Amino acid sequence: MSEQPERDAANWASKVERLHVTEDLRRHGYNVEGRRVAGPQQGFGRLWQRTSMARLGEAVTPEALVADWRANFGSYWPSTAHFHGGIGGIQPGDVTPLTAGPMTTGILVLYADETSFTFLTPEGHMFAGMITFSASIVDGGTCARIDILLRMADPLVEAAWPVVHPAEDRFWAGTLRNLAAAHGVSRVRVEQTTTLVDGRRLWRNWGNVFHNAAIHSAWHAVSTPVRERRRPR
Amino acid sequence: MGSPEARMHVETLAPGAAVIAISGDVTSACEQALMSAHEEASDTGATLIVLDFTDMAYMNSGGIGMLVTLLVRSQRRRQRIAAVGLTSHYRQIFELTRLDEAIALFDDMSAVLESAR
Repeated sequence: MSEQPERDAANWASKVERLHVTEDLRRHGYNVEGRRVAGPQQGFGRLWQRTSMARLGEAVTPEALVADWRANFGSYWPSTAHFHGGIGGIQPGDVTPLTAGPMTTGILVLYADETSFTFLTPEGHMFAGMITFSASIVDGGTCARIDILLRMADPLVEAAWPVVHPAEDRFWAGTLRNLAAAHGVSRVRVEQTTTLVDGRRLWRNWGNVFHNAAIHSAWHAVSTPVRERRRPR
Repeated sequence: MGSPEARMHVETLAPGAAVIAISGDVTSACEQALMSAHEEASDTGATLIVLDFTDMAYMNSGGIGMLVTLLVRSQRRRQRIAAVGLTSHYRQIFELTRLDEAIALFDDMSAVLESAR
């Protein structure tokens, strides 16, 4: 067994037991701080493979596209959500809070290289899964892709899947359109597919509902006045 | 990157146990090869599938996603998955992604066989 450093060692996040947000992101990180990651095996609902893809032609190389995507990730999101990333762009090991509507959760940057980067969700996130953003040459042009392998995290969000699914489709299509527009490609066509990989629900993970970020976010909002009063002045 | 394509070799380890030896680069591009190797291993009647990563050169996050899919297929067939030959770097990635909760990690084949007894 070789113990030489692997050629991709710098592309991966270092092992952590629990996630920690940096001090400057602490305000938004209350649903991430101290949580563990939760991949597809730790989720509850059916396992889905979802892909969104946009062909940008020869406007930009895959490497330049991913470099820009990593540097300005949150700015390409539709206005319905906010990514609280720092100025350093997407780097392996980053723990970044995000806000979607009234819910705050976050992601861990699991992996990043010149042509792709991958997020892993924390406990409490609506999804338990991995999401990979990548670019490659397809049919002679640059193709931007978002691949999501996910289970809904708990029974409540699994029940909401019929509503979540189309909303997610719109969100990621909007992201790819914004990315394409930034590289001079307007009215790009976004192709989306959703494939059921596993129709079983993992009932052993039903207790994920106690980490549900929507519930914790609501509690955080209503308890804010009390916390403010107790804060030392 | 000039990366070596992944190759899969299936062999029987013991009655009810098969090994898939993986060499080269493990990315989502080798999903078909891994799933075919899993079919071949399953056809031997194996209930324990051992993934041997000793000769693996590299794995990216697409490779991790592919292993999740393999796990689902194996669980449907009531098979257990084990892994041997991971370097400490990749062992930590299995632990970080919590894949080690579903894929038992071993130092070598004798440890796998010992656990199967």
